[in-house]
Amino acid sequence: MNIHEYQGKALLKSAGVPVLEGVHCTSVNEALEAYDTLGSKVVAVKSQIHAGGRGKGTMYNPDTREEVMQGGVKIAFSREEVENYASNILGNLLVTIQTGDEGKIVNNLYIESGCAIAHEYYLALLVDRESKDVLIMASTEGGMDIEDVAHNTPEKIHKINVDPNSGLLGFQKRDLGMALGLSGNALKSFFKMLGKMYDMFVAQDCAMVEINPLVKTEDDEMIALDSKISFDENAEFRHKEWNDLRDLSEEEEVEIRAKETGLSYVKLDGNIGCLVNGAGLAMATMDVIKLYGGEPANFLDVGGGADEEQVKTAFSIILEDPNVKGILVNIFGGIMRCDIIARGVIGATESLGLDVPLVVRLAGTNVDEGKAILAASDLNIHPADDLADGAQKIVSLIGGGE
Amino acid sequence: MAIWIEEDAKVLVQGITGKQGMFHAGKMVEYGTNLVGGVTPGKGGQEVLGVPVFDSMVEAISQTDADATVIYVPPPFAGEAIMEAANAFETIKGEGVIVCITEGIPTLDMVKAAAYVANRENVRLIGPNCPGIITPGETGGAKLGIMPGHIHAKGRIGIVSKSGTLTYEAVAQTMSIDEGQSTCIGIGGDPVNGTGFIECLAAFEADSQTEAIVMIGEIGGNAEQEAAEWAKENCSKPIVGFVAGATAPPGKRMGHAGAIISGGKGTAEEKFAAFEAAGIACARDPSELGQVLLASLKKAGLR
Repeated sequence: MNIHEYQGKALLKSAGVPVLEGVHCTSVNEALEAYDTLGSKVVAVKSQIHAGGRGKGTMYNPDTREEVMQGGVKIAFSREEVENYASNILGNLLVTIQTGDEGKIVNNLYIESGCAIAHEYYLALLVDRESKDVLIMASTEGGMDIEDVAHNTPEKIHKINVDPNSGLLGFQKRDLGMALGLSGNALKSFFKMLGKMYDMFVAQDCAMVEINPLVKTEDDEMIALDSKISFDENAEFRHKEWNDLRDLSEEEEVEIRAKETGLSYVKLDGNIGCLVNGAGLAMATMDVIKLYGGEPANFLDVGGGADEEQVKTAFSIILEDPNVKGILVNIFGGIMRCDIIARGVIGATESLGLDVPLVVRLAGTNVDEGKAILAASDLNIHPADDLADGAQKIVSLIGGGE
Repeated sequence: MAIWIEEDAKVLVQGITGKQGMFHAGKMVEYGTNLVGGVTPGKGGQEVLGVPVFDSMVEAISQTDADATVIYVPPPFAGEAIMEAANAFETIKGEGVIVCITEGIPTLDMVKAAAYVANRENVRLIGPNCPGIITPGETGGAKLGIMPGHIHAKGRIGIVSKSGTLTYEAVAQTMSIDEGQSTCIGIGGDPVNGTGFIECLAAFEADSQTEAIVMIGEIGGNAEQEAAEWAKENCSKPIVGFVAGATAPPGKRMGHAGAIISGGKGTAEEKFAAFEAAGIACARDPSELGQVLLASLKKAGLR
């Protein structure tokens, strides 16, 4: 789960990590009030969307698709500029390298005081899958795309891994600061800030905290100038406060609905809907559809213990997508029994009035009962023997493929 | 010989009085697993499925001399259940196998638990978020997890996979060419887990019953690439591979917490390429795994 920059800054601030003064706004008037309150001559006017690349993005009018302004993050030197930038941003579409062409409507703005920057750094905390611990990564090349830095100048990225038994140790913080070339007050400031940030990472069950840039001011203080924070959704049960941080406009509504009913759904661009049990098999089903010349419309894992009702919900979610021209059901019954799936499929097709071709492949527990139930129904259901057979059948039924 | 879990292994179930625990413990017994007890704190003294329930793992292992435990404890408590089991096996027997089925454990809980297990040399963790491990026998066998027992048969193919149902698919594929399995292991789809691909490959390589290996990966991380590199240097037995997620869009979590392409890394293409570079025979369609395996067995003079 991702949160906005302004929410991340508030978390950092309460954890004791230095950030600049800022105000979250949703209107031009609020932005002007914020400018007056902050009392800073120079402020940053920042679009709040979850995708990165905001500064280098472009603002468009959502209706006419005409370009409004270059950049979704602007530095304003006067009240008039704040007004101009805020009205160019709010309600308009921001397209960045990460949003795709459809972009994101900006409804939230962050007005932040300026500061005198001496140098920009990169800092990130994340879970390292290989070493199974928290990795802290820093670089002197702040403000740039870190993947480019990693590719072109890997020696400029410094890493420390935190042993979960001992936690983040003093020498590690010092070593990392020195690797960045920090000394004197800046090193002290970095040392203190990194400790607080690690504590916050653990306490808040973060998946990633990325500060790009982290800046050294002309007064030798280290300040988090940007923040990109995401949480580990598995830990949601112990963070009720996340509910208030969730911006549903940033998530696919249908994916949220699927999750609420215990389904895992991801919408894709193709036209063959898939209903599968198990994440690995669901991915493999999409792959095989593509292999035989089709395009999957979605990833959908009904989970290990789905009942008739969930199968029905799954069907209705798949059919909401107007691109769907056919459906492939692929079930390898383990805990889940094929006869239950078969009944669910029939129940769903009867109540939803299915008018696209449906191919069903069943295997595993109670497969014979399941197949018999499908065969006995007078619905137009095409049985398949295995995954390849199922994929080929659905592709040819919708008239696609080679 | 199979790997890690013998056919007659003595097995405990943590969370045996819960709905999931009781259901699956029953299925394990039906298959022929030697269930010797269960653990639920506060429920000690009861009897479930004809075996005693204990309050703690220390007590359970002391009383039953168990070799392994299967965890069906809900996510908030599963990390600690793993550590309790690791401590008890280490203290009482000096060794043991922990299989954690639970899906949805907070990643930082797993960081802690994985480090705790790693500090106990002869304690092994399989999972979490996995179907478990099964060693089929002539009749029955040891089923430590949620896989459908009846699709398996004793044989010479070792299977290791990140996914549940895709593992069953691989099992069915071996059966379609009349081959059984030595041991099948689901290592799980979480970003931080216990036993990885390389440890499984090394154990299969050393196991006399196993003559060929099926390895099923998925997008996310680079465990498959590292395993392929390791196999190239260290594995003499034929390996057949598949990677799920060739059509998965970047940046989207595909069901499993660990199945995500981030920063352009961890794609199926990358993993297939690593497999092929290591001489692993790949199937692009899991329904072809059987035929690819058959060809590999023939090439190695095993059929």
